[in-house]
Amino acid sequence: MTAVEISEAVRSGQRSARSVVDMSLSTIGAGEAEVHAFNLVAAEQALAQADEIDRMVAAGEDPGPLAGVPVALKDNLCTRGMGTTCSSRILEGWVPPYDATVVELLRNAGAVFVGKTNMDEFAMGSSTENSAFGPTRNPRDLSRVPGGSSGGSAAAVAAGFAPVALGSDTGGSIRQPAALCGVVGVKPTYGLVSRYGLVAFASSLDQIGPLAATVADSARVLDVISGPDARDSTSIGDPQPPVSATLGDGVDGLRVGVLAELSGDGIAPDVAARVRAAVGALEAAGARVAEASVPAAVYGLSAYYLIAQAEASSNLARYDGVRYGLRVDAPSTPGMNTATRSAGFGDEVKRRIMVGTYALSAGYYDAYYGRAQKVRTLIVDDFASAWEQFDLLVSPTSPTTAFSLGERTDDPMSMYMSDVCTVPVNLAGQAAMSVPYGVGDDGLPVGVQILAPALGEPVMFRAAAVLEASLQ
Amino acid sequence: MSDGALDKPGLGVPADTGWETVVGLEVHAELSTETKLFSASPNRFGGEPNTHIDPVSLGLPGSLPVLNQKAVELAIRVGLALNCGIRPSVFARKNYFYPDMPKDFQISQYDEPISVDGWLELPSGKRIGIERAHLEEDTGKTVHIGGAGRIHEAGYSLVDYNRAGVPLIEIVGRPELRSAEEARQYVAELRAILVAVGASDGKMEEGSLRVDCNVSVRPAGSDRLGTRCEIKNVNSLRSLGRAIEHEARRQIGLLAGGRPVEQQTRHWNEDEGRTHALRSKEEDHDYRYFPEPDLLPLDPSAEWVEEIRRELPPLPRDRRLRLGEAAPSADAGHIALAVERSLDGLALAAIGGGGLPERVMIHIVQNLAGGAGMLDAEALAGLAQMEEAGELTATQAKKVLAVLAESGGSPQDAARALGFEAMDSTELESMLDGLIAENPEEWSRFCEGDAKLTGFFVGQAMKATRGRADGKAVTQLLISRRG
Amino acid sequence: MGQQRITRAECARVAALARLELTEEELERFTGQLDELLGHVAEVEALDVEGLAPTMHALPIANVLRPDVPGEVLDRDEVLARAPLAEDGQFRVPPVLGEAP
Repeated sequence: MTAVEISEAVRSGQRSARSVVDMSLSTIGAGEAEVHAFNLVAAEQALAQADEIDRMVAAGEDPGPLAGVPVALKDNLCTRGMGTTCSSRILEGWVPPYDATVVELLRNAGAVFVGKTNMDEFAMGSSTENSAFGPTRNPRDLSRVPGGSSGGSAAAVAAGFAPVALGSDTGGSIRQPAALCGVVGVKPTYGLVSRYGLVAFASSLDQIGPLAATVADSARVLDVISGPDARDSTSIGDPQPPVSATLGDGVDGLRVGVLAELSGDGIAPDVAARVRAAVGALEAAGARVAEASVPAAVYGLSAYYLIAQAEASSNLARYDGVRYGLRVDAPSTPGMNTATRSAGFGDEVKRRIMVGTYALSAGYYDAYYGRAQKVRTLIVDDFASAWEQFDLLVSPTSPTTAFSLGERTDDPMSMYMSDVCTVPVNLAGQAAMSVPYGVGDDGLPVGVQILAPALGEPVMFRAAAVLEASLQ
Repeated sequence: MSDGALDKPGLGVPADTGWETVVGLEVHAELSTETKLFSASPNRFGGEPNTHIDPVSLGLPGSLPVLNQKAVELAIRVGLALNCGIRPSVFARKNYFYPDMPKDFQISQYDEPISVDGWLELPSGKRIGIERAHLEEDTGKTVHIGGAGRIHEAGYSLVDYNRAGVPLIEIVGRPELRSAEEARQYVAELRAILVAVGASDGKMEEGSLRVDCNVSVRPAGSDRLGTRCEIKNVNSLRSLGRAIEHEARRQIGLLAGGRPVEQQTRHWNEDEGRTHALRSKEEDHDYRYFPEPDLLPLDPSAEWVEEIRRELPPLPRDRRLRLGEAAPSADAGHIALAVERSLDGLALAAIGGGGLPERVMIHIVQNLAGGAGMLDAEALAGLAQMEEAGELTATQAKKVLAVLAESGGSPQDAARALGFEAMDSTELESMLDGLIAENPEEWSRFCEGDAKLTGFFVGQAMKATRGRADGKAVTQLLISRRG
Repeated sequence: MGQQRITRAECARVAALARLELTEEELERFTGQLDELLGHVAEVEALDVEGLAPTMHALPIANVLRPDVPGEVLDRDEVLARAPLAEDGQFRVPPVLGEAP
């Protein structure tokens, strides 16, 4: 059942939230050992939440648009009374004393939290292999990675553990695993969804978004979690129209650009073929298609890499063993900080903290961080020019289908390349989503990325719905 | 503050040493907001440790800062009061590890502060340049346990985050102060301004006003700055003066002995009356400043700034000018003291109500050190008039004033209650009869027009009445007797 | 191989600044990896960005302010119960060695 179907059934009393959650928990029970999508399955809390939903329905109250819908939360979203680890030893056992804004919103909409999903440590990675608690496997092929960093969330949806999940996307961490697991993944416009309670990786790039089996489900979740939040300074102050309302409006007359810079070199031929098929489907539905160019997008990965790591190096300083999480004792506080951080962070996190520290340090700031912020301006400007001619842009989400576990762990550079198509969107603060569009030569899912200008979500979702329908 | 501006223990390096002291001050003042700079937990002094904390001020993962509007308004008030330009500003992260800093970075304004290029006028009229005044968050407090509380010998430390995130304004003055006394005047004036505009309570002893002094010395007449040392832990105006004087002497001693001054941070020890170098840390300081991505630029509208400017209360300097105009013969130091004690309003009203400025100012400066209490302007004016009319002597007036400050009321009633009724004319007449009879020679010289004898007879009258007689009344009687 | 962008010593200095302790093996490996990564991202050096303003956020907004109204505080016992070490209502740490800079 989809989230939309579940909530209609629960709200109308046709089905109890408890039975829905029971089913979700038993699916998890059957498949979790193989997939390892979760760091924590919160069965008891979920059942209690479900009972509360059922009580409300019985009392004639409306539990909300996600009544009884099981939701998997990425383990970097703070949940009061439920452990939040970011898949890191340094936060192992930490229980936040507060809820993230999105968690509050989902709860108030009747959603039920079945657990916290596995991820690359502090969202740093593209395969969910950088988890302190072991990798997640791709439910479509257990020898493959699910992508990352929201690999646990994508795998949970793909495995049917929950119809929807939340992830976070700093450079592609929702879209790339969605593509590799064959689900829908949305990176909303920066500021559309509050980041309050999302454990920060790179503050100017992070954004929370839904992963779901269907476009309509992802639209419904996005409508619940988006909106102004006084606790996040970077939250957009004006409420936006719900994307669900215009989901069926089609693409007739829309100008769609095929993003040249992200569709050529380095894209696997089978992936490119599926993107062409998707473009054909949009054209068949009435869109006007042409080639589009965002020249600076090719520098996205480099600029992203410097900016994200610089911000991360500062954001992750607070894990020092003083207030929460891991402490490895030493005779002095500086020694304790160092011992704690050295034992608590994994390799990839250390590597990125070092790159970021270096990029900000005296004598290098202008050459690296300062310059990257200017390249970011170039990318923003180039996108702005493209939006004068196009309503939407299309590209592959990931250059390849899911790769094998261990294939790229020893070569950070090849791992980073899996984000080449997704990072420019984060740098420009725009919206994008990945929609599954068939499979590649290996039988594994391919995702098509739809890019929209800032706050272009309603139009973006119309195109996603057209693509989804064209496959049926 | 307990130590007033008039309390001058003779600070300042003697002028004949051939050296000049150069001082630049960085003053941190806690802003008087209800809540912290970036979150809604209370900004309140004291309290049980770790009870004024929230996810933001504790730096919990996932928490985000949101800027306090009141803190910005207070910062703008301070900037305007210091004649600064108000600019678009950006918050930055200053990255360094320290356990009292919950995020291991401090949010501060770095290369784009809210206020720049102003000045502060000392009571002497000398203007000291203000480089900048910027907003930043305070840190928590660390207490060192064991080793008599000394940081290097402590067994462990305890951290309280109540103060973490309290809004601070850091006011960076240019190195234009030339003596410990000028530095004291600068801080006293700055403190008076902060209090006057409602930005801070200015309490040095509670740490809501903290002063870091950059001190250097150079041969008198040189225009090059010497190597400076930064002195921390100066907790009162008195320590400020002592610390600067000590440090200047230390540096002069070094240089005069042919040894260089090493640039370092030094700690003022109030009990020992000396500064000592803080152990230099082995780690290097590279703060890796970069714009705080969780906050947006701050660009106060011209309308807002103008509104704040319009609503600024009169500043100490303007208040001194105003009182100076009302009491033109008063000493500048007395005017400054009246303003510092916030008695200038009372003085102005009393003068406006008919009190002679000289008499009013004497009471303000000499007799109201403990504040005006219940005394109102009308009573002060009335008291000055009674003295002027000879109904009270200075000694009596002082006693009446004490009663008025204590319990209010009119000076007439207070004087009566104290038994200070002026002598009636019959009593004066008979006393004068006696004086003339005892001093016939003086009386005849007086009658011949020797004006010096007026003083003689008034003095004798005072003596005879033990000060109860009013000099003016006696003079009047003498003249009328002479015919 | 082009010119080396980061030396082993610089790598060690950066690690210390970030309060990370690296083993000899890690230092060796990280130096190589960082050097390669920095070589790759150095492509931004070739771009002409003269006169461009840096982009902090893509968001075109400023002046987000909060009213000065007190809100909820955290429960101290709940917070300290999860601290690595607490004493007398405070967070306990080993000797800090030096004053804050």
